[in-house]
This record gives sequence, structure tokens and C-alpha cells, in this order.
Amino acid sequence: MRVQLSVNGEKHEADVEPRLLLVHLLRENLRLTGTHIGCDTSHCGACTVLMDGRPVKSCTVFAVQANGRQLMTVEGLEQDDKLHPLQESFMSQHGLQCGYCTPGMLMTGYAFLQKNPKPTEDDIRAAISGNLCRCTGYVNIVKAVQHAAATLAGGA
Amino acid sequence: MIPATFEYHAPTSLGDATALLARLGEDAKVLSGGQSLIPMMKLRLAGPAHVIDINGIPGLAGVREADGVLSIGALTREADLEESDVVRTRYPLLHETAKVIADPLVRNLATVGGNLAHGDPANDHPATMLALGAEVVAQGPRGQRRIPIASFFTGPFATALDPGEILVEIRIPAPPARSGGAYVKLERKVGDFATVAVAAQVTLSAAGTCERVGIGLTNVGLTPIKATAAEGALRGKRPDDAAIAEAARLAAEAAEPAADLRGSVEYKRDLVRVLTGRALRRAVQRAGEAR
Repeated sequence: MRVQLSVNGEKHEADVEPRLLLVHLLRENLRLTGTHIGCDTSHCGACTVLMDGRPVKSCTVFAVQANGRQLMTVEGLEQDDKLHPLQESFMSQHGLQCGYCTPGMLMTGYAFLQKNPKPTEDDIRAAISGNLCRCTGYVNIVKAVQHAAATLAGGA
Repeated sequence: MIPATFEYHAPTSLGDATALLARLGEDAKVLSGGQSLIPMMKLRLAGPAHVIDINGIPGLAGVREADGVLSIGALTREADLEESDVVRTRYPLLHETAKVIADPLVRNLATVGGNLAHGDPANDHPATMLALGAEVVAQGPRGQRRIPIASFFTGPFATALDPGEILVEIRIPAPPARSGGAYVKLERKVGDFATVAVAAQVTLSAAGTCERVGIGLTNVGLTPIKATAAEGALRGKRPDDAAIAEAARLAAEAAEPAADLRGSVEYKRDLVRVLTGRALRRAVQRAGEAR
């Protein structure tokens, strides 16, 4: 089946089997390997991408369901060779160790900060509760999101 | 994990969708949020030959309260239910349930209709809807019918929907004055199914006795369970500690849990007792505060 979709502002077309998962379309057909496959059972959130602005687990969406939709992956955060403030914050606040969960954390965090630019720590913890990290204990991830919120608000 | 092959259909009207379903029968599955169906297909626990994606059908999503009924379109995402003002202010039981279903990312796709039509006794909305006395609207090739939620769940992963029918709407009677509800869930981690969860909805009379009581139990039987004996024991009574304890005891008796990684039969049954008590106390407190 023919699908047309926009990924990070760029139009793409692909011929896919209906059973192809969105994460495989992104990684294998479009070679956007920033989106990770972790548990493959919709628990871990490593595969999180934005579909029409909302973070979803791309291992649990068929590629055909993304037909006509706007997608954003971690590759879309960087603009004009400049990292997004959220990416900078993950670096400066040590919000990652192995980095496997990071693309998912970034996409969830990005969508969350757009909706809630002045979050409390509890808000952040609830927002990332569908993204698992096995390295950091979440402390520095929460700090990174707080830091990004402050930067985006012009306070840092 | 890759699902088995299937044919994909994306009808753009309810008429087309029900005609397809009626023609394809048991070989077809409806795809709404896909957050239960797709994992089952990946694990090869489900292998429908046809998948009918209803996401392109207009008019199936939305929440509104009118004429004494809260109407929830079957395609309403859990995230939208959670953020709905009318749900947050008037239906605390529904709001609390939506907040603890799976995780926030899953809730961006998962739908209220799917949570019911899947017929999984571990899902959260069935207990909620049992406590609220909801009815669901089923659309078939020859029209609509309403099904009371108490007769909707017919077995594990089985519902009263006919093969040609699609669940299109959930209708909840608007709560009278002095009503309140609560959903209390114990889960090992965010995203896991409930070890046990209890939904309670209470309406108090002007004299402070329980006029209406609804109690639903999650994941303690082959179907979601309406704890009718517990409801009956509390009705007409003042919800004091003794009356709530007795209702909680009867709810635990109605549970038929199975032992698994989440706990033994004895543990889960006692958890029903404890969580029913907590849910009822919170529901009664909210009913007392509501005008």
C-alpha cells in the first residue's frame, strides 16, 4: 500500500505492507535510525515519535496509520546545525548515560514542554512515566527538562 | 516482532465499516487506538485476516454533556478524556480512571471505546462504566441499539457486540446532586495492568444515606465484575465505617481472582476489600462536597 507522510517537514512516499510498523518504516525505509527500538512491546518508550504533535510509541502503530500525517523524530529537533535547548539541557545536566532511551525522552519532553512550559517536578515525572530509563534513576532527566523549561522561558 | 499479514481497510463512513464487518465476520478486527490489538498481533495472540481501521470515520470522537447524559464518542482518546473539563469537574471517577490507564504515550492513541470493546477484564474503563451505570451504543448494518454495560461483558475478551457491530458511543447518566466517585488502582508500575482496581460511585440523599451505589472491580475475574451484593448492602444506609466495611467484605466475596505474578488469590481478594473501602470513602467524601 502506498503511504504519504511528512517527517520532520519533509514529504516522503513509500510502498509498504500493512503489517509494517511505523518504527520500521522510519528506521529501515527512511534510514532515520535516531528512533530506537527497545522493548518492542509498547512499554519502554524508546521508539517515541510525534504524530500530529502528540508523542506516540511507533512500535505500536502501523505505518499505514501514518498516511497523511505529520511526523517528527529526534532528527527533527536540531535546526540549522543548532541543537534544541532540550538537547543542550540533556547534555549539560547529564540527562543520559547509555543514551538508549534518550530519543524517546527528548520527544516526550519536547511535546510536554510545548503543552506545559512551566512544569512542576511532579508534572515532569508524570509526563515521562511512559519512558523507561535504566541508567539515570530519572533524577538528571527531570533536571534536564526543568533546565530546558527555564531556558525556553528565557530565564537561563 | 512482526504481525502476521493482513488486509488493511480504511473506511471513511460508518456504513462502509459496518458493511465490511458484516461481510468479513470473525476474520476481521476493528482497529481504533490499536494499543491492545497491535501488541496482541505482534505477539501472534491475534491474527485477523482483515483489519478495519475506523480512525478515518468522522464524528466518532468527542465528549459532551447534554440532556442529562455524558456522551463519549468511542474514538475519544484517553488523553482527551483526561483533559476534558466536564469530565474533570463533574466525573471524578472517570477522570481518575483515565489518568491511570497504561501510560501517557499509550493514552495519546488508546480510545475509550476500544478499552471497552476489547473485553479485557484487566482494562480499567469496564469497572468505571459498571459503577456509573453506563450504556454503550452499537452500530450495525441495520441501525443502532443500546446495550446496558451490565450485560455487555459476556466472557474473557468477549462482548455482546455482534460480529457486524461497532461500538460508537458510551452514554453515562449525569450524576445528580450529592454524587461522587473514585477509582483506586494498585499497579506494580505505570503501564502495567492493575493488580486490583476498584471503581465506586455514590449518590447521597439529603438525609445523608446512600441513594445510589455503583461498584465495579478490575482484573479479579474472567470478566469485569459489578459487585451487586456490596452495592445493595450500602443502599439506603448511612455510609459509616461499619456499613463501608460490610460492603467491602461483600465486594471481596464477589471477586474471583486468579493467582499470577501480581499476587495470590488470597492477596488479591483481600486487596479488593481494602481498595473497595478506600474507593467508597473517597466517593462518599466527594459526594458530600458536591452540590
